[in-house]
Amino acid sequence: MAFASIRSQRGFQITILIILCLGTVVAMAPMVYMAATAFKPNAYTPEFPPKFIPESPTLDNFKTAFASRNFGQAFFNSLGVAVTTSMLVTTLTAMMAYSFARFDFRGKNVIYYSILAMMMVPTMMLIIPQFILAKKLGLLNSLPGLVLVYTAGAMAFNMFLLRGFFETLPRELEESALIDGANHFTIFVRIMVPLARPALSTVAVFSFLGAWDEYIWALTVLTDLEKRTLPIAIANFRGQHASDWGLVFAASLTAVVPTILLFIFFQRYFVKGITAGALKG
Amino acid sequence: MHSNLHRRWYVPYLFLLPGMALYVLWMLYPLGYEFYISFFDWKVIPGQTSEFVGLQNYDQALHDKYFWMALKNTARYTAVTVSGQMILGLALAVLIDRVFFGQRLFRAIYYVPVVTSWVVVSFLFQFLFVSHPGGLVNYVLVEILGVISEPVAWMSQPSSAWIIIYSLGIWKGVGWAMVIFLAALQGIPVELYEAAAIDGAGEWRRFRFVTLPLIRQTSLFIMIALIIGGFQAFISVLLITGGGPLHRTEVVLSYMYDRAFGRLWFGYGAAISYILAAIIVSVSAVQMKLFSQRVEY
Repeated sequence: MAFASIRSQRGFQITILIILCLGTVVAMAPMVYMAATAFKPNAYTPEFPPKFIPESPTLDNFKTAFASRNFGQAFFNSLGVAVTTSMLVTTLTAMMAYSFARFDFRGKNVIYYSILAMMMVPTMMLIIPQFILAKKLGLLNSLPGLVLVYTAGAMAFNMFLLRGFFETLPRELEESALIDGANHFTIFVRIMVPLARPALSTVAVFSFLGAWDEYIWALTVLTDLEKRTLPIAIANFRGQHASDWGLVFAASLTAVVPTILLFIFFQRYFVKGITAGALKG
Repeated sequence: MHSNLHRRWYVPYLFLLPGMALYVLWMLYPLGYEFYISFFDWKVIPGQTSEFVGLQNYDQALHDKYFWMALKNTARYTAVTVSGQMILGLALAVLIDRVFFGQRLFRAIYYVPVVTSWVVVSFLFQFLFVSHPGGLVNYVLVEILGVISEPVAWMSQPSSAWIIIYSLGIWKGVGWAMVIFLAALQGIPVELYEAAAIDGAGEWRRFRFVTLPLIRQTSLFIMIALIIGGFQAFISVLLITGGGPLHRTEVVLSYMYDRAFGRLWFGYGAAISYILAAIIVSVSAVQMKLFSQRVEY
């Protein structure tokens, strides 16, 4: 009696599947509808009834988006900023995490917790002093300026993630390398980095996405048309062509598809990265 | 010569240096600088001198009805979206944990909204909630479910505009909570459930007395992270309602941004930022205190 019979197990499974599929519809319908609208001509007002498959699908919206001044430029600006940020965050946080995971030194805890505490502080809260600082340093309206701020903002979380990972790695390899006369820089590059590749990929992907999607700081500091990033370009389509939803969503899709592809390719790492902080408890 | 390098005291500092330089310059220094600014009537225009005003900016915030409105809105947004994300996230995790096939597929599908950009989904939700009868939400409510008879003009008043912002917050965040809950559920040893089942505990009692106590720590983590996130709500509000009409849908960050970069009241914006940070830090601290007491099992 303690365990459910096979028949009621099957009924149970079918019920679960039905609920999960209904949930899937709610989770995905908005995205699918956005994609459909991007392929509809002249989507100024919604059709009645709504159609998830365009009657006469067209690439016109994409053509208009890319023909418009600066949209292609915005795409490459975002790509450059996100790739650079991702490389910087990964390199710098890996070095910091290595230091925290493998050395004892004066002030270690003070430094570590001064970084960790900032995870609680909303980055947006610092926008005023960061703006003044960027102005003083001549980094307003500059893409390298974006990279520096995004990198600093992404450090706390990723460093925390990497330190946790480094501490799970066995020390034997490093110790024997030390005995063989290798220095710490060599050990870091030749032993730690290859062993930590999964965690480093997680950090690279997370920091790429953060920089790719960032909107407010870019909106606040960039003034030149040709320096705009994708989120600003998209918001501009929405502003200029108030109701040409097809155009807005063609531009949106251009920004969203790469992130979804990244997620699909790196799914395993995503789950590890997301749960790393939570389950150590 | 190199073999001695690991004994040199400065080696760990060398590894920290490049990262810390950037971190101190762009995070820690601004944090202190902002505190300083918050005591001034800060002048943005070069040549004008900023005047020290003591606690005046903080005093002004506490007597600013729009600031209180923004704070209340933020608290309400946080309460609604955090509970929505946690309840739905846990329910989905429990179901996905039980389903015999397609676990990874369901997990991936529910996570997709999390990786989409806030700017894009804010516009997307505006479009889903257009007042037109062919707007997807109106169509589903009127024509398919039949729960209302007339299409709603969602943007016409703050209360219904909030529904757009709440739904977006929950829809976008559920997958994140689900992934973490699911990992915690999968970490519970099967033997515990079997033992409870042999003792005659049904589905609900097993969930209540085995599952829930064991995922308490995880739930606390999720709740704190979501509350911090809720207090940071900004882009969806900015793009969907712009905080209007008359600041009625403002959240703290959108109001801060408006005062700082709309009116150039940097000192006032800095004070608001500090009040918000103080609230977030104390709410998190209180939660950790309250919950950590009964975690040991």
